[in-house]
Parts: sequence; structure tokens; C-alpha cells
Amino acid sequence: MTTAPQHAPSQAPPKTVPLAPLEWLQKNLFSSWFNTILTFVVVGVLYLVISGFLSWAFTTAQWAVIPNNIGLLMTGLYPREAYWRVWTILGMIVLLGGLTWGILGRNIANLFGKGTLIALAVICAVFVVFPLTRGSSPILIGMVLLNVAMAWVGQQAARKYQGLGQWISIAWFISYFVVLWLIGGGLGLEAVRTDKWGGLVLTLLMAVTGIALCFPIGVALALGRRSELPVVRWLSIAYIELIRGIPLIAILFMGQVMIPLFLPEGARPDRIIRAVIALTMFSSAYLAENVRAGLQAVPRGQNEASVSLGLNKPLTLIFIILPQALKTAIPAIVGQFISLFQDTTLLATLGLIELLGMANSVLANPNYLGRYSEVYLFVGVIYWFFCYALSLGSRQVEKQLNTGR
Amino acid sequence: MTVSGSGPEEKIIIWRDERFWKIAFQVITVVLVITALSLLITNFSQNLARQGTTFGFSFLRNSAGFGVGEALVEYQPQDPYVRVIQAGLINSLRMIVVGIVLATVVGIIAGVASFSENWLVYKLSRAYVGLVRNVPLLLQLFFWYFAVFFQFPPPQEQINLFGLIILSKRGVTLPGPALSDQNWLGLVLLIAALFIGGLLWKLVDGAWARGRVWASPFSRAVNGIIAVPVIGAIAFLVFQGLKRLISGESTDGFSLGAGAWIPVMVVGLVAVFWIWQQRTKAIVERGSTGKSQLYAMGAILLVTALIFIFGLGWEAPEIVESGGATGGLRLSVEYAAGVSGLVFYTGAFIAEIVRGGIQSVSKGQWEAARSLGLPSSIAMRLVVFPQALRVIIPPLNSEYMNLAKNSTLAFAIGYPELYSVSSTTSNQTGRPVEVFLIIMASYLIFNLLISVSMNQLNELVQLRER
Repeated sequence: MTTAPQHAPSQAPPKTVPLAPLEWLQKNLFSSWFNTILTFVVVGVLYLVISGFLSWAFTTAQWAVIPNNIGLLMTGLYPREAYWRVWTILGMIVLLGGLTWGILGRNIANLFGKGTLIALAVICAVFVVFPLTRGSSPILIGMVLLNVAMAWVGQQAARKYQGLGQWISIAWFISYFVVLWLIGGGLGLEAVRTDKWGGLVLTLLMAVTGIALCFPIGVALALGRRSELPVVRWLSIAYIELIRGIPLIAILFMGQVMIPLFLPEGARPDRIIRAVIALTMFSSAYLAENVRAGLQAVPRGQNEASVSLGLNKPLTLIFIILPQALKTAIPAIVGQFISLFQDTTLLATLGLIELLGMANSVLANPNYLGRYSEVYLFVGVIYWFFCYALSLGSRQVEKQLNTGR
Repeated sequence: MTVSGSGPEEKIIIWRDERFWKIAFQVITVVLVITALSLLITNFSQNLARQGTTFGFSFLRNSAGFGVGEALVEYQPQDPYVRVIQAGLINSLRMIVVGIVLATVVGIIAGVASFSENWLVYKLSRAYVGLVRNVPLLLQLFFWYFAVFFQFPPPQEQINLFGLIILSKRGVTLPGPALSDQNWLGLVLLIAALFIGGLLWKLVDGAWARGRVWASPFSRAVNGIIAVPVIGAIAFLVFQGLKRLISGESTDGFSLGAGAWIPVMVVGLVAVFWIWQQRTKAIVERGSTGKSQLYAMGAILLVTALIFIFGLGWEAPEIVESGGATGGLRLSVEYAAGVSGLVFYTGAFIAEIVRGGIQSVSKGQWEAARSLGLPSSIAMRLVVFPQALRVIIPPLNSEYMNLAKNSTLAFAIGYPELYSVSSTTSNQTGRPVEVFLIIMASYLIFNLLISVSMNQLNELVQLRER
């Protein structure tokens, strides 16, 4: 360049002028005769569906079934006098969640922006207004406040002390066992048998356990499948392809029936443990394929560079290959976690009373005969919320880790 | 890697030698796996001995003693277990095949709708995908069954939509072609023969391309030995299929029967497709308007449509006084709910795959095609879509396999598919391992079939490089 321009042209794209409402309508809904017809058809169908749904929801539907059974849906047959343990668990998760939020957001100047404050206020208002949560709204609002306070504490602490991030991971790890202890009892608490575990608590427990167990196994299988040792490779391929060819429900059912058959006499693991084993066996095979895709995306040069620097195989794997591979595979891995979470519903068909199983037992109660739509809609909203939150979280993590581009 | 530049005489300490560790690690793995397996099998045989049974499939010949809700094969409760498993297998296949076809249609519509210029349609497509993908399939199946199909009125007060569709608690009745069972069987055989024939043609074609077919008298002989019986078998299948198609309706009196029109329609559709290709070629290469081909296509399509409407003898359901209906295509509530749930669930995933595929084609491709003067429909069909297809087909394959596996969940709403009858069998006979092996083998074969056909399709659309 010989003559530099006086004003360097701006790199930013040209400003988009917001359209006037009428222009917007014309551009987005009535741009051609085909689009106009489409718009009218869609509006008509939407009107029919939505008005039908609303009139059903406010007149025909009998929502009493939900508040009357909310305890059952959330915790199953868990003894009423031990509900404080479930609240303690929720409190612990909220506390740790707040701390994590604060630590992750340590570099953000204002942790509680306008949007966050509005969201928190809306959540508190919902807790007060919504009939389902009104009964326990003081506790729930307390939880929100605890969360906010912990976020502030976490941010302040993280600014002062470096390396707090590792401690929070360890705290989450330990909290898992505390949760197990609180639910199951023992060691000073009254024991609660596993057939009393149920509802959303059991669903979440199964999902978290399954996810935690299938991740290392899946990574190991993926590495095995790409190993240069033929025996390891062929064993991994056989396992992955065999499991991926069988429906989950068959694995779960046969896990319940067959695991005791293959163990010595008398050894009969609890059916929740058997279910977790089957769920983990299934999910790890799928996860292995996702991780393998990530491994394949790492250029060969990374491996060669690492070896030429003198790192041995395990070190190369842990510090060079896996971080890049897992980063690439995050969307697929989270997708697998979501489907594992959804797959826990299949346990309902084996007689485990997790959320869907509990919904079915509520519907079997003669008092609530025929309240299918109400109960399934409610349960569906819960599942949708958790799955959607997981996928949102994955997008956030992806954005944070996306350092290269 | 560890030895470099040193003389061959120099010995490496054994635990520093990578080659040693490679072998040792594999030996350890094999020993561990064999130990674990033998331990499990010993336990298994001991447990069986304690129960006083042995491993084997002879129980399949015993009488099953339980009924199934619906079966395409003739089945009575006193028939042996083999029959009931066969009935379940066919029920499963019926759900999988119909599910795959409909889910593809739903998925493509929803996927393309997400590129719509119409804001409402775009939002609707996104809402559908976001809603359905985040709710477990089993819950959706329960919803379809209990909250939708189960809420229909009893047969006495059935809903009658224009005399074409009849809805009641007992089932859904749609208009259906008046084809006998033999017609249907013939149709299935015809499709199977075409599929096998296509595979074989590819095989021979590939061998020809590599110069193997006429390479030597020996390989020629080998090819002949393989090809003759296979072609013979296909010819036999086609012949049988046509014979059944024709003879199936011979009682009809004045015509060859409804089934005989099917091959005519197939020929018509193939002709239309061929003319369509020629028309595109003419438009792109010679810049002609392609009007003459358009008229030819229209004429053939019109005839085919007429045959489709009148030749197949569509039967609208006839309402019986006491409630219920006869004739037409009768679907049980369980089947209808199961297929609806599977189709809308899988459709959402396919929509995302289609969307991703079209997005993966760079904008420049589209612009280049337009600047070459191709009309947008042809640019889509010849430039964008083939490239999108390359990205779409591999994940579509695994989505179809998921649908096949997810069809087992229909057992939860009482549809007697393979898993359902197998688990009853397992409970009655106390032979979970044998039954598990049957389920495993069946689904592995289903998946293999899907995978082989999709791989064939994939090969057709893949980029051909040097």
C-alpha cells in the first residue's frame, strides 16, 4: 500500500436499519402470494390449536392432580419426615452453584446486570404466585438469595485467591457422595431403602451417576478403538458395535434379569445399581463414538510435535490430544448426556419409580383417573426444562472454550 | 522410536523397550478378558445347574400359550414360541419401515421450513424441533397413546371425517387400496428383488470398472458361478411376485386385478424421472425451455395418477351400524400412537440433519450457480442439494438405526412388537439369555440392513475424486 487512506474503512458490517412494523410484515410474512397463503394457513392452524389448548387448560383440565401429588412426583415414596434431607441437598447444590457462578464470572465487572436481576425477580415472583410452589415459597426464595449471596462471595474470593476453580470441582465431586449419604442414610442418619427413592430426585441421581460413569469409560473405549494395538482395538470395536446395535430397553431389562445370573450365588446387586450398570454400558458405547470423532479431528501434527518435544505417549494423550479432542466433541458429548437423561425414563417400564414411573403411578390412582394430559404435560415441561438447560449450558461452555477462533 | 542411531548389538533394558510393552499390554488385556468371561460363564452354568435347566433353544418349539393383540401372520395362542416371535418381528418391521418413510417426510419438510422466508413458518419449525427433541420419547409415546388416541370416543360415537377417516377408541381406519395379502407380498418381493438386483448390478459394474470381469477365464468363471444363481433367484422372485400380483385378484372377473397396475405405475414413474433428467440436461446445456418434455411428463403423470386413483380400487371404510367400520386400512390405536410418536420424535432430529446439511453448502456455490444463469430451482437441485446430501446421509443412517431401536418402546403402550413378545417369552420360560440373544441378533440384522442400504446410497452421492 502506497497511499494509506485518510480514514481506514470500518471493518464493521453496515448498520442495519430496523424495519417499520408494516415493512417488517411485508418482508417476513407477505413477500409473495405463496408466502401470504402460507401465513394465513399457519395463523389459522395456530389459532385453532392455541385457543383449543387455552380453553382446555382453563376449563376442562383439572390441575388439582399436580399440587396434590407434587411430593410424590418430586421425591417418590421418600418418607415425609426425611424431606428436610432433600431440601438440604437442594440447598447444597444451590450454594455450590452460586459459588461456581461467582468463580466463573470473576472477571465480569458487574455480576448482577440488569437482565440477571430481572430474571431473579421473575423467579421469586413465580415462586410466590405459582400455586405449586406457594407452599414452600419462603424456602425457595431463601434458596435464590443464598445463590446470589454465594455468587458474590465466590467472585470476591476468586479475585483474592487464584486457583479456586480446582477446589470447586473437588467440592462438586465430594458433594455427590454427601448427596448419596443424605438420600440413602446410614452413618448416623436413618437409612432409607432404595425402593423408597423415586421421583425427580431418582431421575436426576440416575442421570448424574450415569453421566459420571460413562464419561471415563467412553473416553477409554474411544482411545482403545484408535489404539495401534490390534487386540485392544478389536475388543473396543466389538464392544461398541455390539452395544450400539441393541435397543436400550433390551439392555436394561436383561441387565435386571441377567446380571444376577452371571454373578456367584447370593450376590444380587440392588436393582438401582443394576439399572445404572446397564445405562452406563449403553451410553459409554455411544459416547465413545462421539469422542472418537473428536480424536479424529485433531491433526496428526499435534501428536508428532508433542513426541518431538520428548513427551511420552500418556503425557501426549493427556496434555495435547485429549483437551483438543474433547473440546471439539463437546456438542456431541452434551447431546449424548441429554439423551442419557431422557433414557432414564425407560426405567419406568422396569418398575423403578423415577419421574415418569411416578407419573404413571399417580395416574393409576382411582382419584385421578383420566388426568393423562395434565400429568404428562407437567412432567414433559420438567424434562424439557432440564434438557434445554443442558443444551444452553453446552453452548456457553463451547463459547468459553472457543479460544482459537 | 526409542532406538535411534545405536548399533544393533546394543541391548535395551526390557522395561524401557516399547515393543516389549506393546506385546505385554495386549497379553495382559487378553488374559484379563478371558478370565472375566470364564468367571462369568462358570457362574452362569452353575446358576443354571442350580435351577435345573441347560442352555439351548429347544424351548422355542413349546406352545406359547399367550395371545398377541395384532399380527400380520396367522397366530393362535397354542402355536409354538417361534411363531409368536415371528409375529413380533413382522410387527416391528411394519412399524420401522412405515416410521422411516414418514419420519423422513416430516424431517425434510421441517428442515426446509427452517429456511423459509416466512417468519412464522421459520419460527414454527424451530419451535417444533426445540420442543420435541428435549422431551423423552417414552413420555411422548404415552402422551400420544393416553392423551390423544385413547381420548377418542367409543366405536358407537366414532368420529367420521368426510367418510374417509374414522377415528374411535378401537382404532383408526383410513382409505386403502383393495389389495389382497398376496398383492402386498408380491409388492414386497418386487421391491426386495429390485434392491438385490441393484446391489448386484453395482457389484458387477464395479468389477467391470476395475477390469476384473473379463480379466481372465478363471475370474470370468468365478463371476459366472456367483452371478448365475443370484440372477436366477432374482428372476424367480420377480416372476413369483408378478404372478402373485396378477393372480391375487383373479376373482375380480373383468380385469387383471388391482395389483397388476403396480408394475405399470412403476414403469410410468421411471419414465417420468428419465424425461425429467433429459429436460434438465436440455435446459442447462442447450438453453431450451424444456416445454415439450414438460408436456410429455405431464401426460404420463396424469395417466399414472389416474391409474393410482382408479386402478388400485381404493376402498373407503364402510361404517357399520353397531359402530366400527369395515374395509379400508385399519390401524390399531397402539400402532397409530406408536408410529405417531416415533415419526414426530425422529422427524425433529432429521430436520436438524437436513438443516445442517443445507447450511454446510457455502453461499458461494449458490451465487456461482445463479451467476451461470441457472434458475433457482435447478441451482438447488443440481448444485446445492447434491452437496448437502453428502453431509446429510451419514447422520441420517444412524437416525434410521435409532428409529429401529426406539421402535421397541412401543411395547410400553401395548403394541406387540419383537421386544414385547420376547420379554413375555422370557418371563414365561425363564430363559433370559437365549431370548436376549434372539433380540440382539434381530436388531443387529435390522441395523445391518439399514446400514448397507444407506451406505449404497452414500456411495452414489459421494464426491468422486481421483
